Amino acid sequence: MTSMHGGQVAIVGASETDEVGVLPDRAMLQLHAEAGLNALADAGLTAADVDGVATAGPLPLEVSHHLGIQPRWLDGTMVGGCSFMLHVRHAAAAIAAGAADVVLITHGESGRSRVGVAPYARGPASAQGQFEAPFGAVAPYSTFTVPALRFLHDRGMSRDDLAEVVVAQREWAAGNPRAFRRKPATVESVLADRPIAYPFTREMCCVVTDGGGALVLTSAERAADLPGGQHAVYLLGSGEACEAPLMSQMDEVGSFGAFRRASAEAFATSGVSHAGIDHLMGYDAFAHLPLYMLEDLGFVGRGESGAFIREGHTRPGGSLPMNTNGGGLSYTHTGMYGMFAIQEAVRQLRGQAAVQVPDVTTSFVQGVGMFFGAAGSLVLTNRRP
Amino acid sequence: MAGGTEPSPTPETEEFWAGTRQGELRIQHCNNCGKNYFYPRPFCRYCQSRNVEWRVVSGLGTLISYVINYRPVPPAAPDEPQVIALVELDEGPRMLTNIVGVAPEPENLPLDARVRVDFEPRGEQVLPVFRLESQVSA
Repeated sequence: MTSMHGGQVAIVGASETDEVGVLPDRAMLQLHAEAGLNALADAGLTAADVDGVATAGPLPLEVSHHLGIQPRWLDGTMVGGCSFMLHVRHAAAAIAAGAADVVLITHGESGRSRVGVAPYARGPASAQGQFEAPFGAVAPYSTFTVPALRFLHDRGMSRDDLAEVVVAQREWAAGNPRAFRRKPATVESVLADRPIAYPFTREMCCVVTDGGGALVLTSAERAADLPGGQHAVYLLGSGEACEAPLMSQMDEVGSFGAFRRASAEAFATSGVSHAGIDHLMGYDAFAHLPLYMLEDLGFVGRGESGAFIREGHTRPGGSLPMNTNGGGLSYTHTGMYGMFAIQEAVRQLRGQAAVQVPDVTTSFVQGVGMFFGAAGSLVLTNRRP
Repeated sequence: MAGGTEPSPTPETEEFWAGTRQGELRIQHCNNCGKNYFYPRPFCRYCQSRNVEWRVVSGLGTLISYVINYRPVPPAAPDEPQVIALVELDEGPRMLTNIVGVAPEPENLPLDARVRVDFEPRGEQVLPVFRLESQVSA
């Protein structure tokens, strides 16, 4: 095996925690463990088979020891919510290089109940502590959201376009029993919801939940001999990129360079064109992100994202089903949502989603992290090339 | 403005905060490539040259984007909305700041409005905040 891409590495195990939502009876590390054990069972493997561990939040050594794993390969890459996209990419490289045979990637976060987690704080001498936090840019809803008005303004778009994102994704969530918000929404109801940070209302901000998810990766060759090989999902291509740790330092306010760079590499390495993608997961902590992504990933032209969603292309029955679990806006958002975006792509490719899209063969997963700080992209398929 | 955390300067940023304490907005300029940059560091962010100097800038800029935060986090006053804004200085760099001196309503805050720096104490430090130029001259 010579390549990390081209379907030579497979996801053979994928699972979330038994429940997602409000889980005050489980500490953060146990959410990792529960998801990890579930994913191993899904793969037909045990902890003894794992020789590589990747995670973000706790250290990989903490997760390894907690699960009784002695890894020969560790990855603690931490770029916020898209860390897991990078872990998949790094694990694929390690497996291709022979540095690991079976990699377990775990996520768990007690984002709502805050059980077993350190307080969220950045020091006053950090760049954020000096140049963002004193001005109130502390919480995600008052920081990640700041560029949105510029995006809308430059395109002649409005708050209605943010609301349409919520409405479209709620159509998916309505049929998903695990989704946190399932009540149907209209543009009017979204705009009339409680204001959080203008132009964002509460409905335009993600849910805040507890939960976890985990993935097991190995070579496609080995996958063929495993129980999990029956439902293996293959990595065709991937990309990663970073930009700035401060919101003020984005190269462009109305476009995210890391989306453009990471997705371009994922398309190039996969050899798949936009027309070849039939399912899209786009990390949506806030309603402006799917708009940025549709344009920055090149699925639509500049200024076309709002109309694309309004016209129904991303909704059930549309040409590009997007965020089919309901997304971070409706399904779940523990704080680092990226793992759940990957889980939904795997479910769709296996034909096991709560709201299944017919005939999905290729899914694009786009993550974002540290606000507009980093990005990770995956192209996945259910057909072994 | 309704309070918040206090920045803690480092050796690399002290000149910036010394400036605000004296009512000056100081930005770094690269003598090698000619660009201005922010946030402070002792080399150029664009060409990595160490041949850089501090310059006092005009304090004039443009409102690029903002949110009106209705849920400020303590120690900021939770019931006083904050206008958290991106301002692009006429000299180039972009900063995150607050727009003050105006009722926090969208109709008062058109994008591309001209703004001018002002200074507000925060503990032992002084923060660079901005006012709408139309209000300054009114």
